[in-house]
Amino acid sequence: MTYRLRAIAFNTFREAVRDRILYNLVFFALLLVATAPLLGQISIGVQRVLLINLSLTAISIFGIVISIFVGISLVSKEIEKRTLYPVLCRPVGRGEFIVGKYFGLAGTLFVNTAAMSAGFYMALLLMTHNFTRADANILLAIYFLLLQFLVIIGLALLFSSFSSPLLSALFALSMFVAGTFAMDLRTFAAMSQGPEKWLARAMSYIVPNLASLNVITRVAHDQIIPPALVAYNTLYAVLYAAATLAGAVIIFSRRDLK
Amino acid sequence: MLAIEILGLEKIYTVGFWQKRAKVGVRALNLEVRQGELFGFLGPNGAGKTTTLKLLMGLVFPTAGAARIMGKDWRDPAIRARIGFLPEQPYFYDHLTPTELLHYYGTLSGVSAAERRECIPKLLERVGLAEHGRTQLRKFSKGMLQRVGIAQAVVHDPEVVFLDEPMSGLDPIGRREVRDFIESLSEQGKTVFFSTHILSDAEALCDRVAVLNKGELRGVGVVAELRARNRTRVEVVWQGKSAIPAIESMGAKSHSAGDVVRATLEADQLQAALDVLKQRHAKLISVNPVGGSLEEYFLEKLNEPSAVPQ
Repeated sequence: MTYRLRAIAFNTFREAVRDRILYNLVFFALLLVATAPLLGQISIGVQRVLLINLSLTAISIFGIVISIFVGISLVSKEIEKRTLYPVLCRPVGRGEFIVGKYFGLAGTLFVNTAAMSAGFYMALLLMTHNFTRADANILLAIYFLLLQFLVIIGLALLFSSFSSPLLSALFALSMFVAGTFAMDLRTFAAMSQGPEKWLARAMSYIVPNLASLNVITRVAHDQIIPPALVAYNTLYAVLYAAATLAGAVIIFSRRDLK
Repeated sequence: MLAIEILGLEKIYTVGFWQKRAKVGVRALNLEVRQGELFGFLGPNGAGKTTTLKLLMGLVFPTAGAARIMGKDWRDPAIRARIGFLPEQPYFYDHLTPTELLHYYGTLSGVSAAERRECIPKLLERVGLAEHGRTQLRKFSKGMLQRVGIAQAVVHDPEVVFLDEPMSGLDPIGRREVRDFIESLSEQGKTVFFSTHILSDAEALCDRVAVLNKGELRGVGVVAELRARNRTRVEVVWQGKSAIPAIESMGAKSHSAGDVVRATLEADQLQAALDVLKQRHAKLISVNPVGGSLEEYFLEKLNEPSAVPQ
């Protein structure tokens, strides 16, 4: 089973690379270069905050866009082009196929994020001329972004297992936006009464709590991320991604491929 | 031993959004294919051939019935390593080269890296793609993709090979090559089950054929027997026009081109006709049986009324 998962994941990664998905790294590099003159106009402390905010937000946006738009096409493209027929007629379970595709895109995003992060740290070094202990803290924010991507890929795969690419993109984007405001939804639920309270509470548990996975501003201002939050976020993202993946596998395993 | 047993396999699709109605894909299909047989699955477009193959490959789920391949349940993952499948108008990952694609499919079928390294170059050679092993599939023509499709179907050396319209869209040379390849699979002792609506291909290749129409099996026949059927007439070809009146007096119809005459007559009059030709010093060129084609059988089965109320 492992070698089949690995083969499917590697093929997905290779497809993303050859379809020039990683070309977004060039745009990221250009963005960093373009902001350099802007940063030159302000003091070094503010420069650092701005660079961290700008770079990590860019990493987040590029990653989310890839997670949603490549994620929704992982299965639908294979069905539409019938490339999965020669795969599924072999000793490959439909669950293995979905999980393999998931890991393939997760691997692509890991490489993408790692390359962007390397670029960001180089820009930071050029600006500050040395690394401090606080700079290592930024890695936690990047790790949380990766956890976000894992959740979003799971959602994209779940939606694409039963709906069209357009609807899947719409659903996944909606979940991303709602997930960004998950904390507000919980506050609203706490303040509400009657059916709205239960509805808001149910919604706040269904949508992914992406707000908790966004600590960009905190690390930019050198706030310490508590280890408990790291453990909680890791467990939450893994469980959420596993649940969406299980849903995608269950739906896809019952689906006729026309 | 039976290679394929289809036991009442049925697929009824539900179509329509507001007013749902049933659409027959395949209706209670029963069929047996023996090991080592080259079996043709015939039918017009929309007859249910592809649906049957998709059911056997586990790509769609049956409404009723079951199947066994090499004596095992067709859903058994272990059996999937022993079968090969070429989909209709195959499309593969166009970012890969044929070599990479075959390594990928070989891995999924459980072929070891050492075996793959040994067999893939030979396979590419066999399907005439040895020089294109490192070209991305996006640059391939339809005929070349069909060859890749055949190669992927046999990369794991399966015992049973399912081919869905393997000759469709190919030029005459391509069709000939695919036919030769299918024959070579049969010579290796593999069971080949292929769907087609090109009757000449089925007639040239198959041991037995099944005719499907509107999702319903209309008949199964041995190709050699179908050819021999109704062979009560013969065509005689000779040189020398002087024998025409005597031959036509036997009730034969003839036509001539230059000095060469062709006449069709009842088989029991053949000896008398040969005697006439000898007396008239005509030069005999050939004697061939007439009729009994697969086409006749196919059309006969298609025109038979359905056994199931529509």
